[in-house]
Amino acid sequence: MKAAPFTYHRPGKLEEALDILSRVAGQDGRIIAGGQSLVPMMALRLAQPAHLVDINEIASLRGTGVERQTLVIRALARHADFHQPALTGPLGPLLATVAQNIAHYPIRQRGTFCGSLAHADPASEWCLAAVTLGGTVIARRRGGAREIPAGEFIQGPLTTTLEPDEMISAVHLPVPDQTGRFGFYEFNRRAGDFAPAMSLVTFTVQDETVTQVRLGVGGAEETPRRLSQVEEALNNKPLTDAQIRMASELAASLITPLEDALIPQDYRRQIVKTAVRRALEAAQGSRHGQ
Amino acid sequence: MDSKIALRLDINSRDYHVNVEARQTLADVIREECGLTGTRVGCEHGVCGSCTIVVDGAPVRACLMFAPQAEGKKIRTIEGMAEGDDLHPIQRAFSDNHALQCGFCTPGFIMLIAAWLEQNPAPADGEITGMLSANLCRCTGYRNIFRAVKQIVAELG
Ligand SMILES: Cc1cc2nc3c(=O)[nH]c(=O)nc-3n(C[C@H](O)[C@H](O)[C@H](O)COP(=O)(O)OP(=O)(O)OC[C@H]3O[C@@H](n4cnc5c(N)ncnc54)[C@H](O)[C@@H]3O)c2cc1C
Ligand code: FES
Ligand code: FES
Repeated sequence: MKAAPFTYHRPGKLEEALDILSRVAGQDGRIIAGGQSLVPMMALRLAQPAHLVDINEIASLRGTGVERQTLVIRALARHADFHQPALTGPLGPLLATVAQNIAHYPIRQRGTFCGSLAHADPASEWCLAAVTLGGTVIARRRGGAREIPAGEFIQGPLTTTLEPDEMISAVHLPVPDQTGRFGFYEFNRRAGDFAPAMSLVTFTVQDETVTQVRLGVGGAEETPRRLSQVEEALNNKPLTDAQIRMASELAASLITPLEDALIPQDYRRQIVKTAVRRALEAAQGSRHGQ
Repeated sequence: MDSKIALRLDINSRDYHVNVEARQTLADVIREECGLTGTRVGCEHGVCGSCTIVVDGAPVRACLMFAPQAEGKKIRTIEGMAEGDDLHPIQRAFSDNHALQCGFCTPGFIMLIAAWLEQNPAPADGEITGMLSANLCRCTGYRNIFRAVKQIVAELG
């Protein structure tokens, strides 16, 4: 037992959870979802919340669903819920590929997509996916809700625009059309570690040229982000080997790499270059149905 | 203030009645309050996997759940694997393949493998190594654990 004492709440309904949260938010009351980031932080006493509001028993928050052209990822959708494609079309396999790179099998049984966004680790795969794919965070408090684009929601390492009395009830991802292609690549020295760099790219191919390019880089900087200059350089041209090389070099030159004892900036820049190249190559080879 | 919570935990199909603080992890309560010390505690923050147990069919880190979160769930630990003197097939495969030395990590591996195989009955070699990467073993070098899994998969197939 290493965590500091706290009062435990186990609401069965969303309204009840928001109600409790509104009362305890001022005393560092927090949501616990998968607990796969919060409990380690509590064990290390980096977090000492006085109240935990456990949302795991709220049935209406489980799983994912498709509503119109939107994938609704509810607060209790676990990483493992994406092991099998969560929907038909290219987005399902894309999210399944990304999920395989998050931590390990037992961690994925409990950790949640929305919890990853709330936690906002720079190396979070779901943060990169939400930012690159144009996701929207649904933040709910007692008596109200607001929608925040994922790119604005994540402010910095472990920092978001979520208010203490708000919870993420869902994240919405737009469903791309059936012709979309995607590629994801992350470099890791050991399976399941937080990655020093990763890249996610999607586009559609029309008459031999690629359009609607979205290219994001995660893990390498303080927050994941799309690289619009690289996207523009790729749009409306054929995706040749030379273009892929150009794009990966441009991406590496645009980032401000994080630095740590194991991975100096230059090395991380090289990893970004490789990750972007391999993500583009994977996208080039992917076609829905494969 | 009485900060203890009365809980009923269903472990290996037996009820355990315990009084715990909310901050006690499920791993600690299983070991210290229920006396089931087969579940090991190593890092206590999710990295090593030695505390892996099965909750409602899913392998999870018992050090990353607080005990009150487990009320109403079906919990399975290493003590629920053998039937009397008959080892569970995974335990036997570990023994056959010399897949343990000190044995500290073994309960975690066995619970991980048991729950994983339920969902992945015919895995490829790469999938097996991916799954095993979840847990740490400082003795065996993993090869023999991998061989043990291959043996069980062959027996199942
Ligand atoms: C060994 C190990 C390896 C890992 N490797 C990776 C990795 O490679 N990549 C990766 O992305 N993650 C990794 N993780 C973290 C894991 O993915 C977590 O599941 C995730 O970061 C947080 O989700 P959670 O549901 O577990 O959140 P929790 O741990 O429950 O909560 C984390 C934070 O978010 C808040 N929160 C959670 N849900 C909500 C909500 N709905 N609304 C408002 N606030 C909320 C909590 O209050 C808390 O502050 C790893 C964890 C471990 C233990
Ligand atoms: S003790 Fe739980 S993962 Fe190490
Ligand atoms: S057998 Fe000793 S740690 Fe695995």
